[in-house]
Amino acid sequence: MAYREPMIELIGLGKTFESKNNYVKALEDINLTIYEGEIFGIIGLSGAGKSTLVRCINYLERPTTGKVIFDKIDLSEVHDYELLKIRQSMGMIFQQFNLLMQRNVLQNICFPLEIAGVSKKDAIKRAYELLEVVGLTDKAKAYPAQLSGGQKQRVAIARALATKPKVLLCDEATSALDPTTTRSILNLLREINKNLGITIIVITHEMSVIEEICNRVAIIDDSRIAEIGDVEEVFMRPKSKIARQLVFSGVNHIEHFVGEDKCRIIFDGRTSFEPVIANMVLECRTPVNILFADTKDIDGKAFGQMIIQLPEDEISKKRIFAYLETNKIPYEEVI
Amino acid sequence: MFSRAVLEMIGKGILETLYMTVLSSVLAYILGLPLGIVLVVTDKEGIAPMLTINRIIGVIVNIFRSIPFVILLVALMPFTRLVVGTTLGPNALVVPLVIGSAPYIARLVESSLKEVDHGIIEAAKSMGASPVQIVFKVLLPEAKPSLIMGGAIAVITILSYSAMGGFVGAGGLGTLAINYGYYRYQADIMLVTVAILVLIVQGVQELGGRLVRRSDKRL
Ligand SMILES: Nc1ncnc2c1ncn2[C@@H]1O[C@H](COP(=O)(O)OP(=O)(O)OP(=O)(O)O)[C@@H](O)[C@H]1O
Ligand SMILES: [Mg+2]
Repeated sequence: MAYREPMIELIGLGKTFESKNNYVKALEDINLTIYEGEIFGIIGLSGAGKSTLVRCINYLERPTTGKVIFDKIDLSEVHDYELLKIRQSMGMIFQQFNLLMQRNVLQNICFPLEIAGVSKKDAIKRAYELLEVVGLTDKAKAYPAQLSGGQKQRVAIARALATKPKVLLCDEATSALDPTTTRSILNLLREINKNLGITIIVITHEMSVIEEICNRVAIIDDSRIAEIGDVEEVFMRPKSKIARQLVFSGVNHIEHFVGEDKCRIIFDGRTSFEPVIANMVLECRTPVNILFADTKDIDGKAFGQMIIQLPEDEISKKRIFAYLETNKIPYEEVI
Repeated sequence: MFSRAVLEMIGKGILETLYMTVLSSVLAYILGLPLGIVLVVTDKEGIAPMLTINRIIGVIVNIFRSIPFVILLVALMPFTRLVVGTTLGPNALVVPLVIGSAPYIARLVESSLKEVDHGIIEAAKSMGASPVQIVFKVLLPEAKPSLIMGGAIAVITILSYSAMGGFVGAGGLGTLAINYGYYRYQADIMLVTVAILVLIVQGVQELGGRLVRRSDKRL
């Protein structure tokens, strides 16, 4: 995918929290460029520094070293009051939605516009447009307490978009939602990215969120970037330990209770409908046992992995490896 | 049961008590509300941390809160005379009432504002809200139900302080209760005045609760 201009550049970014008698290094030497129009994922385990990173991007947190360049502006050089203005072009949504509980949906969406000094009439007009975008026109007069989690997040998204930002920062925006609602929110984000051309940064600890909507991903481990690349690439060939851990997270416990020879087959994007396993069984004339499968259909291509238990005898085993090799299906033995 | 004169006296007492309570509450809030806001805003975790200011105000508030009201009442007499020209009557009691309760109100306001979810403040900041905007568009409106409840508590406290003013001839129901019940052993008048005080407290509490239920959109 060809990207246009850099939207956000992080250069040697570091953040150390200082309290009375200890230092917590939350980020160290982060170098990252996020381009206009992409959906960029940042993933890592709890405490890795994801939230700190996203809060550094809009300078809610001042980095202790390095720079944030947003839309060609070096944020370390602008005055505080300019920063307030700049934040209006960076929307942000949160895990806990953070809606104003004493304001109804419409008033919540008007809130950033009030902050920006937009007239009440124009603000309400804009709020109704956004309610349409997120599909909640009928809830305009409802209060947050009367909404479901998914609806609250839709309101939060509408609110974040009110000032027509260039970037939308999402910190664990789906972590409090069930899988179905998560999918609908991710679809909404994808639509927003496509139709409004807004650059989206998605922070999550769930690999499924990344693969669902992101173009590129950075994996943060222990305050640093462990790996960065196209989502497909990181999925197929995770290089760092942490990346493997995140990509193959469902697998580990299966390895515990099956102590025999196993083999991981990797689906790297051949068409979804090619019956790889069935062909293999037919051709090798030996049964295999599928222990684990995690495959997904992305743009009509099969991605993911499958773990099969290999037959006892060495000859059948060799035949299977030979089949996989001749058909150029990536695999590895799992010990 | 009571003579006309006594009834008139009770009526006057009620009016004086209400007058002192309402006037003192309003003035105490004019002083205490900004103090409470400053305490929250300048706190270590606040939206504009200023630790020195925070600590100074905190200490002053604590000092005034630890002085028993009766002592404050007497100690402030010279100041009261300076402000209202006398140390007798309802107006004279308003001065110590305001000074005695404003620090208490500052703490009530502080605790109400601190109940506002930090995430909401974070969201407002992410939209480019200034500290002033956060105070007036987020903290105060979001804490409104809790502030109203605190308001009822403050008014009731001021009411009970005002009854203590009876010892220094401030007027109101407190003076009645003390003059008749304490000095002249007329228990019936004392009982009636106490009963009226109880009713007023009930009424304020009830009104506060009703306003909270009406204003809180989380319910
Ligand atoms: N205000 C703060 N003061 C001190 N330490 C902090 C502060 N904020 C974060 N930290 C520390 O920085 C580290 C990174 O925290 P951060 O919240 O960025 O992690 P995270 O990746 O978002 O985790 P999670 O998935 O749990 O949200 C943690 O060790 C945390 O304790
Ligand atoms: Mg976090």
